[in-house]
Amino acid sequence: MLYREAGDFKTTYREDSQTFPIRLDRTAYFLILAVAALFVPFVINDYWLNAVLLPFLIYAIAAMGLNILTGYCGQVSLGTGAFMAVGAYACYKLMTAFPDINIAIHIVLSGFITAGVGMLFGLPSLRIKGFYLAVATLAAQFFLVWLFNRVPWFYNYSASGQINAPERTLAGFRITGPETQAWAVYLFCLVFVVASAWICRNLTRGAMGRKWMAIRDMDIAAEIIGVNPLRAKLSAFGVSSFFVGISGALFFSVYLGAVEVGEAFGINKSFLVLFMVIIGGLGSILGSFLGAAFMVLLPVLLKNVLVGGLGWPTDLAAHLEYMIVGGLIIFFLIVEPHGLAQLWRITKEKLRLWPFPH
Amino acid sequence: MPDQLLFAIEVTLNGLMAGVLYALVALGFVLIFKASGIFNYAQGVMALFAALTLVGIMDGQVPFEHLINAVFGTDIHGFGWEVPALLAILLTMVVMIAFAWAVNWIVLRHLVGQEPIILFMATIGLAYFLEGLGDMMWGADIKTLDVGLPQGINTTIDEATFNMFGYGFFIDNLDITATIIAAVLVAVLVAFSQYTKQGRALRAVADDHQAALSVGISLNFIWVLTWSIAGFVALVAGIMWGAKSGVQFSLSLIALKALPVLMLGGFTSIPGAIVGGLIIGVGEKLFEFLIGPLVGGATENWFAYVLALIFLVFRPQGLFGERIIERV
Repeated sequence: MLYREAGDFKTTYREDSQTFPIRLDRTAYFLILAVAALFVPFVINDYWLNAVLLPFLIYAIAAMGLNILTGYCGQVSLGTGAFMAVGAYACYKLMTAFPDINIAIHIVLSGFITAGVGMLFGLPSLRIKGFYLAVATLAAQFFLVWLFNRVPWFYNYSASGQINAPERTLAGFRITGPETQAWAVYLFCLVFVVASAWICRNLTRGAMGRKWMAIRDMDIAAEIIGVNPLRAKLSAFGVSSFFVGISGALFFSVYLGAVEVGEAFGINKSFLVLFMVIIGGLGSILGSFLGAAFMVLLPVLLKNVLVGGLGWPTDLAAHLEYMIVGGLIIFFLIVEPHGLAQLWRITKEKLRLWPFPH
Repeated sequence: MPDQLLFAIEVTLNGLMAGVLYALVALGFVLIFKASGIFNYAQGVMALFAALTLVGIMDGQVPFEHLINAVFGTDIHGFGWEVPALLAILLTMVVMIAFAWAVNWIVLRHLVGQEPIILFMATIGLAYFLEGLGDMMWGADIKTLDVGLPQGINTTIDEATFNMFGYGFFIDNLDITATIIAAVLVAVLVAFSQYTKQGRALRAVADDHQAALSVGISLNFIWVLTWSIAGFVALVAGIMWGAKSGVQFSLSLIALKALPVLMLGGFTSIPGAIVGGLIIGVGEKLFEFLIGPLVGGATENWFAYVLALIFLVFRPQGLFGERIIERV
């Protein structure tokens, strides 16, 4: 009886077009934000931060980025890992070249650099479509990883070929490097996540998002009604890569600290993010969060149950994880191509009608 | 002749041989794509899975032995027998047919009429599943595959070229065998699709699903058949690659190279797959030989993809593909 639009009277156009039209949704949204920002930082410890929360937050940004490209604009990309690498290396170069500038600015700048690279590799999308494009993005994946591996300028000629995040502080708290404070790192990422989600949500429900969706649903028809495919596709590549780049920069600087490109940003990363988007829900911002949470929690859970609980060897658990992930992808594509987000949508519909479904 | 030119010729020849192997994997893609419009990303992993199964059967491993040991606390280490290569290949083929059947009944049947890109992503899921399954069944360690194919340097060519140019070409016997087998395989496939009843049905389905249905061809059967043939091609490719560089996970990554091969040759053309494979094989070896040292080497990782990408921008349907006509 709680979940109703009834009684929630809208008196302005602004209110009428708000993101969460139902009061309970709004309350829940602010409640979650409040818990995430005001409660979690006090109870967080290093295990939770590194095993669950940080990967979840960072992958959520990447998933949102890919969701804009794949879910909203319909262009499948298998190069997410490489674009994350662009973000990471841009951040590294900026951090070492301009040590005095705030790291938050570096991360946003790496997002813009990645957006540029993404648009460059998005150019073929004007000529080729569907899985042709998916394979073309593999070119970005393999070429960029090779580039970061082989051109010493990118890793500042370090002997190991790795990049290491130098120690940086924000308002006096250590964010990167060794000996960081868990709550500061967490809040730092949370700000990026909330800002990204806010921007993504509003972009996708505005004119730009509608153009992307028109291109996704039928590109020729979209062109005929006046959507410029060049602009729509390139802007999708740009915006998507921007967020993927930010997540890559955070992944490197805040989460891992030291990165070997082939290992951290290989093709498996591309698939991981793609799976998040598929399982979470194509074309849904909430879905990106759900998918990221699912794919981050599943290995942790499996490991705890199988290795910790049943005493299996770790490699068996890893193989089973592959099977489960693959099986789930197929399962979701068959049963619910719009993923977890669609399940949530159905639940909401049911709730609104409950207890009188007719 | 100058040394540099001789080296280049040798590299080209070796590239041709490598290209044959790429073409072999690409062939599996084309078969499935033509018959069902599915872009089967899992083809590479199928090759890996087939090779793993073959090695497992030959060595007399118990399937899932690690799992059984972990769950029941037993200590099983193989049946203790060795299966002759030919029998093992036949058994592996049975497994691949069972796999084809399972894929059709569990996955594809439910996805009929979905958009191609959804099917594509489903095959990515399939690839993951199969990767886990293969490792789970047979263990993840690197295995050597020896089905009795000749290996090592071909001394006849080495000596003949040495006498002629003063420099012996290094060409692996295995590559020559692979080329011959690939040629035979293609000939058999072409003969099959031209002269047998099932082959004609296959081409009919590839041409038009609904028309094929209306003249009484069973789509389900044809799809199982196609996936079985693709499984067979994967098995052949798996044997070749496995004998060349061991059966391990990177096999499926090498098989990924079949994708640019396809884009170059066109998704719907068997000759395209072969020509594309040869171009990529020669191209990447020559590029690595000529340009590689200047830019730090290991260009083979990406050359094929970038070549295909650039090529596609100018000719989206590939070399031999059917012209893409879009209608609203």
